[in-house]
Amino acid sequence: MAVVDPTHAHDDHHDHGEFIAHHFEGPEQQFDSGKLGIWLFLITEVLFFSGLFVAYTLYRNHHPEIFEQAHVYLNKYLGGMNTIVLLFSSLTMALAVRAAQLGRNKHCSIYVLITMVCATMFLGVKAVEYSHKWDMGILVRSAFDFTYEHPEQTLVPGLSDYLVYLCVIPAILLIGCIAAMFVLKTSENPNKSKFMGGMSLTVFGYFIGVALGVVFMAAGIGESSKHAGSGATPQPIALYAMTQEKDSQSDHDHESGGKEHHEGDHESVDHKGGDHEGDHEDTEHAHEEGGMGHDGHDDHGHAEHKDPPKFDRDIGIFFSIYYCMTGLHAIHIIAGVIALGWLYWRSLENHWRSDYFGPVDYVGLYWHLVDLIWIYLFPLLYLID
Amino acid sequence: MADHHDDLPKFCHPVSTQLLFGVFFGLIFLTIMTVVTSAMAKPMGVPPAFNFPIAMIIATMKAFFVCAFFMHMWWDKAFNVLAFLSSVLFVGLFIAMTLMDTGHYQESIDIFPRAPEESAAPATPAP
Repeated sequence: MAVVDPTHAHDDHHDHGEFIAHHFEGPEQQFDSGKLGIWLFLITEVLFFSGLFVAYTLYRNHHPEIFEQAHVYLNKYLGGMNTIVLLFSSLTMALAVRAAQLGRNKHCSIYVLITMVCATMFLGVKAVEYSHKWDMGILVRSAFDFTYEHPEQTLVPGLSDYLVYLCVIPAILLIGCIAAMFVLKTSENPNKSKFMGGMSLTVFGYFIGVALGVVFMAAGIGESSKHAGSGATPQPIALYAMTQEKDSQSDHDHESGGKEHHEGDHESVDHKGGDHEGDHEDTEHAHEEGGMGHDGHDDHGHAEHKDPPKFDRDIGIFFSIYYCMTGLHAIHIIAGVIALGWLYWRSLENHWRSDYFGPVDYVGLYWHLVDLIWIYLFPLLYLID
Repeated sequence: MADHHDDLPKFCHPVSTQLLFGVFFGLIFLTIMTVVTSAMAKPMGVPPAFNFPIAMIIATMKAFFVCAFFMHMWWDKAFNVLAFLSSVLFVGLFIAMTLMDTGHYQESIDIFPRAPEESAAPATPAP
């Protein structure tokens, strides 16, 4: 095996550009290798998310009634708006790839910047959504503690405390980026200051998202949020009515059965097995069934605590799944913003040419995958009725 | 379709802006369609059983547009496309296998009583 002196490694090679690694034949081989690599990475990403999709499918398949109760807490219009923001960022990402392919670095940097701002806007809207739920005690299963009331006393009047906490890190980042932008103005490379300016704008996008989300909630579109101190929302009332109705019905149904149903007698089991064959209207089925399954236990809980109203505690499992799926997705968005920041810097440095645009294409593919996952999450979580 | 630039290397085929914008507006249209169909299904008397398949079909149409045009799959090497689609196949397999599996024993789980509700414990432990 011939030993190549690294200092002369390039001598026997053809037109190796600035960014073509010496172990590649040329730009095309480098590009194709990178592309195969990113596709393989995306495959692992799909399989990674598939675990959560399996959890979702199983739970929805076995307990559709939980999903029917739970989805009222998700604002489909807010989710829809986020979908459009993400789709728009996908468009600008595709345009950035096109600009890089044509060697238009300035255009590429602008498109990448818009993509980053959309990404942080998405996170801002998500922060409003999360904090709104945390205020109502809609948490993961183990911490689920629903209450109608929003806290009366907040750090910033009219804003959830959780939202304020979620804004702390972005606020620090924003101040840091703006400060760095001014400090780097003295640097010999003007791109450094420009880059920090772009990153400031990116972080600012988060606050645009927060403002958008807050205005959206305050306007009461989709899900009313008029309960900022005044008590109940229409939807929890609806849910309350639903559970009350169920309560009376099941009390009626099980007068004879009493509380013995926890014993799990076999007649009942057989009946359930037979029932499954015929109809899968699980909610009704559960009413008939009474003692078994979620509703049955829920009824039992109701009988003991008439006031305050209780919901099926397993609604929390829906929200565990919801937080895992959307949280993991949000982590991917944050990772995407970091990768996009790198692209932004390299666009400012005029690195892209028609024979070297691989990184933009690869990050673009990743970004589209994040979008693709949201395309499925949105109807699965927000559009259940 | 991709733009034709004779001076570009052959692995570089920029997608025309018209196509990208067309795909974007198509995606927006489909997003609005999912929200509208989910809201209108009940008033229009669509059986609830159809809601989920309709939403998934629309999502898959959107996924197709994103994959084919935004992700350049339409012009990509067949091997890359095949590899990626195989992952989707595996997702289907995972879901199908687990559903089949739990379908067999879910009823035996349901006969067991659940643990009684915890009494309303304070959210934060007392100091």
